[in-house]
Amino acid sequence: MRNPKFDAEALYKVLADRVKSGLAHAENVAIVGIYSGGAWLAERLAAEMQLNERLGFIDVSFYRDDYAERGLHADVKPTQIPFEVEDATILLVDDVLYTGRTTRAAINELFDYGRPAKIMLAALVDRGGRELPIAADFIADTVVLDDDQQLVLQRADDGRLSLTVDHA
Amino acid sequence: MHNPQLNKNGELQHLLTIEGLPKTVINHILDTASSFVSVSDREVKKVPLMRGKSVFNLFFENSTRTRTTFEIASKRLSADVINLNIAASSTTKGESLLDTIDNLAAMHADMFVVRHAQSGAPYLIAKHLIDTNQPHVHVVNAGDGRHAHPTQGLLDMYTIRHYKKDFTNLTVAIVGDILHSRVARSDIHALTTLGVPEVRAIGPRTLLPGGLEQMGVRVFTDINEGLKGVDVIIMLRLQNERMAGALLPSAQEFFKSYGLTPERLALAKPDAIVMHPGPMNRGVEIDSAVADGSQAVILPQVTFGIAVRMAVMSILAGN
Repeated sequence: MRNPKFDAEALYKVLADRVKSGLAHAENVAIVGIYSGGAWLAERLAAEMQLNERLGFIDVSFYRDDYAERGLHADVKPTQIPFEVEDATILLVDDVLYTGRTTRAAINELFDYGRPAKIMLAALVDRGGRELPIAADFIADTVVLDDDQQLVLQRADDGRLSLTVDHA
Repeated sequence: MHNPQLNKNGELQHLLTIEGLPKTVINHILDTASSFVSVSDREVKKVPLMRGKSVFNLFFENSTRTRTTFEIASKRLSADVINLNIAASSTTKGESLLDTIDNLAAMHADMFVVRHAQSGAPYLIAKHLIDTNQPHVHVVNAGDGRHAHPTQGLLDMYTIRHYKKDFTNLTVAIVGDILHSRVARSDIHALTTLGVPEVRAIGPRTLLPGGLEQMGVRVFTDINEGLKGVDVIIMLRLQNERMAGALLPSAQEFFKSYGLTPERLALAKPDAIVMHPGPMNRGVEIDSAVADGSQAVILPQVTFGIAVRMAVMSILAGN
């Protein structure tokens, strides 16, 4: 079994560069991070891109498709979308792109705030395994993992990010 | 005895009373409610959590406000709501409570929101559902007799937490007809569980139940004494029907002795908040100047009540 080591900080730099050049000419841009890993990344991206006024966070618990089997998540955080979604170009940020189900839930939630002009997706790592027709616009790296492995983004007290592989 | 509200995994299966509910469960409901508050401010005031679920409002006792807030909460969770006007339905034709429940369960009900003048009616329904092995059907007590009104207790806790942040340094006074109040009972259990160090009950002897001291409550018959230095004042509705009995001389007399006036409010801490479960009787338990004043949080209570009921229903339906 492969146990890759990731440098989350280096990956973030790659992702930030790709996002910045990709959105250089976009208008009415806003950034929305998906809790919890995506929220940390979105916070950093917004600071670098001077978009702090247009930064939001999403907790997809109320839109998940496994509520019937698993019930409500124990630690739901309030979704905060402090900007006008109507006609915005929204960059959705997640840490790991896997089945695509979280992305689907986040897109659905965003539409309950208004009709965006465009939604784009950025993720630190794409680990494949998609169960829905969803693809990222910006990705720092791709990796192949076993089904029972989990990629977890963590943030230390000093703000440094690290990625680890957990076994389920 | 096994707590019938919780399933084998300790998760909330029915919400019948706050008594005996673990602090973790109460906090989970309050935390979840805070995420539902903003849903009501959005373009689309709905989340899809309970899409395809059927919620039956069974109000055996009249209530416009509580029934409406449960209806709104259900609709904002995308559930289908069916309001049963029980007074005009089969119970008057002689059908028993549990037969009514079985019939509605056969219509694939997922949740019953029950208000009943009889203490213990929601418990009876929950027990029946457990005994007949229908764990997918949930019961929410929307007020039973003098016993409990847990969602009101929870929304009161949400309101207190919103304004005061921490429960562990508060003095909370509950004022009025405590004897007949299921709200007071639910509030006292919740406040105690959440670690409020001092809960006071203020009212005339005839409207104070026995056993308050055993619940850890300080009892005052003099409101001017009882309100000194409190952080939170919970006024209770004086139920006019009580006046018919010999418990109280008159509404005017009650206001003179126990009505919350600006002068009495000044005895509490300067940043004290004033709560009321509604509907208010202005000039009976509360002066209009207080009800409309800057310390009143009575309307925010109503708004928070919807989020708290959404939290309760979505947690139950997921367990």
